[in-house]
Amino acid sequence: MTVAVAWVLVHIATYNLARRDLTFGFGFLFNRSNFDIPFRLVSWSEEDTYGRALFVSALNTLLVASMGVVTATLLGLLVGIMRLSVNWLARNVALAYVDFVRNTPQLIQIVFWYLAVLQSLPPPRQSIVLPAGMLLNIRGFYLPAASMGEDSQIFSWLALLAILAIPFAWRIKIGGAHLRGKALLLVPVAIALFAFGVDHISWPTLQGFNIVGGIQVPPELVALWAGLSIYSSAFIAEIVRGSIEAIPKGQSEAALSLGLKPRQRLFLVILPQALRIMVPQMTSQYLNLIKSTTLGEAVAYPEIFQIFAGTVMQQASKEIETIIIVMVLFLSINLITSAFMNWYNRRVALIEN
Amino acid sequence: MLAARLVIPHRRAAAADIEPVVTTDASSGTGVAPKSSVPTFRGTFDGGVRRRGILYHIFDWLRRNLFSSYTNAALTVAMVGLLALVVPPFIRWAFIDATISGVAKSACVGDGACWTFIKVRLPTFFYGRYPADEIWRVNLAGLLMIAFGYPVVREKTKNRGVWLLLLLAVFPILAGVLLVGGIFGLTYVDTNSWGGLMLDVLISFVTVAGALPFGIVLALGRRSQLPIVRLMSIGFIELWRGVPLLTALFMSAVMVPLFLPEGVNIDRLIRAMVALVLFNSAYMAETVRGGLQGVPVGQEEAAYSIGLSWRQVQVFVTLPQALRYVTPGLVNNIVDLFKDTTLVTIVGLFDLLGAVSQALKDPAWLGFAKEGFVFSAVVFFVCCFAMSSYGRRFERRLSRHKG
Repeated sequence: MTVAVAWVLVHIATYNLARRDLTFGFGFLFNRSNFDIPFRLVSWSEEDTYGRALFVSALNTLLVASMGVVTATLLGLLVGIMRLSVNWLARNVALAYVDFVRNTPQLIQIVFWYLAVLQSLPPPRQSIVLPAGMLLNIRGFYLPAASMGEDSQIFSWLALLAILAIPFAWRIKIGGAHLRGKALLLVPVAIALFAFGVDHISWPTLQGFNIVGGIQVPPELVALWAGLSIYSSAFIAEIVRGSIEAIPKGQSEAALSLGLKPRQRLFLVILPQALRIMVPQMTSQYLNLIKSTTLGEAVAYPEIFQIFAGTVMQQASKEIETIIIVMVLFLSINLITSAFMNWYNRRVALIEN
Repeated sequence: MLAARLVIPHRRAAAADIEPVVTTDASSGTGVAPKSSVPTFRGTFDGGVRRRGILYHIFDWLRRNLFSSYTNAALTVAMVGLLALVVPPFIRWAFIDATISGVAKSACVGDGACWTFIKVRLPTFFYGRYPADEIWRVNLAGLLMIAFGYPVVREKTKNRGVWLLLLLAVFPILAGVLLVGGIFGLTYVDTNSWGGLMLDVLISFVTVAGALPFGIVLALGRRSQLPIVRLMSIGFIELWRGVPLLTALFMSAVMVPLFLPEGVNIDRLIRAMVALVLFNSAYMAETVRGGLQGVPVGQEEAAYSIGLSWRQVQVFVTLPQALRYVTPGLVNNIVDLFKDTTLVTIVGLFDLLGAVSQALKDPAWLGFAKEGFVFSAVVFFVCCFAMSSYGRRFERRLSRHKG
């Protein structure tokens, strides 16, 4: 029966497409796109193809998703631990934050950050000056940029390599003991290597009516980033709190009786055990966050959904194909993320014999 | 006579205004007075009470809750600083400097919020472009929803199932007649003029009424012995859980018309509702599955052994237990989908957020984005917080029953 229904639907769709002089197919990906993508990480021009647009917008999605995951986790961890603080004020501020953020729609939060906060900032001439040469105005958030010397690019690659080597160095054995925390020494090494290769720092400065130099983070990205991380952080905080509370009281009493300090008790006894309970729930929060990047549509942040289900769909009249592309992309991002998190979960899970 | 009077300091006791004072009296106690000066506990707690001043208790509470250590004191100071940065400016903006009188933009002169904008637009925010003379129909439908819904959520209700059935089967017909009209002398109101908060509530109700039964079927399907049924349920659930809600809504808005025969048109609102039902049924299915797994196998085995059929086992034994167990989870699902109804704005329906965004574009009322979004956030907060509190209370009730 399912097959029959599918056949009828395909038949109708083919007829409807033919009636509108359209064909089904993904060949349009090789056509010239003729539109601009205002924010991108790699080069883009109007002569590029729709296929390249897919790549550019997918990078934008991944950028905002990874920024969101990192800040949401840090913020969520902070608020979750505050929820369990002995300090009455900290506990209740965290509770109010969690309750308010969780009970208001994410879309309203994103649009609020965009229209009510960022769009009411002063123009470039009256930029708000933040510490470390950062500027904030209606056109976005400006950071100082380090530009690499032509012949010293090797240093930034070495720095990247040093960062990537940390998980491996973590497990190296020297004289019978694992390196573990000492592997983090690679971080200053990487920073030093990176700093060595820097040719000059370009500071954002006002020139005429605009800001030149530095890196511009557009307000769309800031609003989406804030909306995603704040919303998810409230859910993550509850997961953190629930997982810590689920650890039997005996564990922390035992740690106390061993004479561990409160900080040692938290980081050596409670958190490692809570992590096991946390990981599966965190996975679904991360997946939600990744899916929510599509809300960038509302603030015109050029991510996959906005570019494909918006601009490309209208320009190329490829309704079915574009939706299929977006769905398949998100399904695969989600599958990869959950596969990675499942692998991680198996690693941290308690192995009971 | 030797009497030792020991005061036991209560470090962790709740802030009560009496403090146990332990007295051991040679005549009434054990008769042996402590010889050393080291105080020993020898009496009972009901020995006597000693009153302390209110000031003592305030300082005691502050010391225990805010200044128990240096780190704690520093944290308190930091928190007070943070609150001082956020709360007074907000209160000044929202209440002290705010304006609510008048009917035009000219009424708003100060730096504060201009609630006049919200006041003037209130009917649009709640009812969309529903004709002003017919708004009583929306209100009546809302009252009916409360009347039908209250017995379902009340703690002590007999025949909760019957009420639930009434809410899901009879109420929608009444509400549909009221809202659409066209019969019984009610004027017809096109769905294009529906909007505002009413649309959010309506869409949520339809979505729950559709997604809950469908989700239960999917959850049963996922645990089915028949491989095809199981695979199809898994595929359906994972597909919808893997894609963003917006793609589902866009499918309904853009793709569905392509799959319909010529001349057939389905209302935009109904299409969006169908997308939401399909999408949310996958999430509800997973919640319900959690509950089904929580029902002990013995229950099902016992039911089969007294000769019940599969259908009877599910309807009378497994599901009632599972659904009770997952009600807090389902409430969370409902809160989430209620918040997600704001996404219909993106496919061109004017729910509360849509109505606010549209009002912000009105040239006569430019620059009130803060007021508009704060208002809509507060409205959603009130609705969602009420629902989540109910869910939390239900959860506590469940854990109490378990003992």
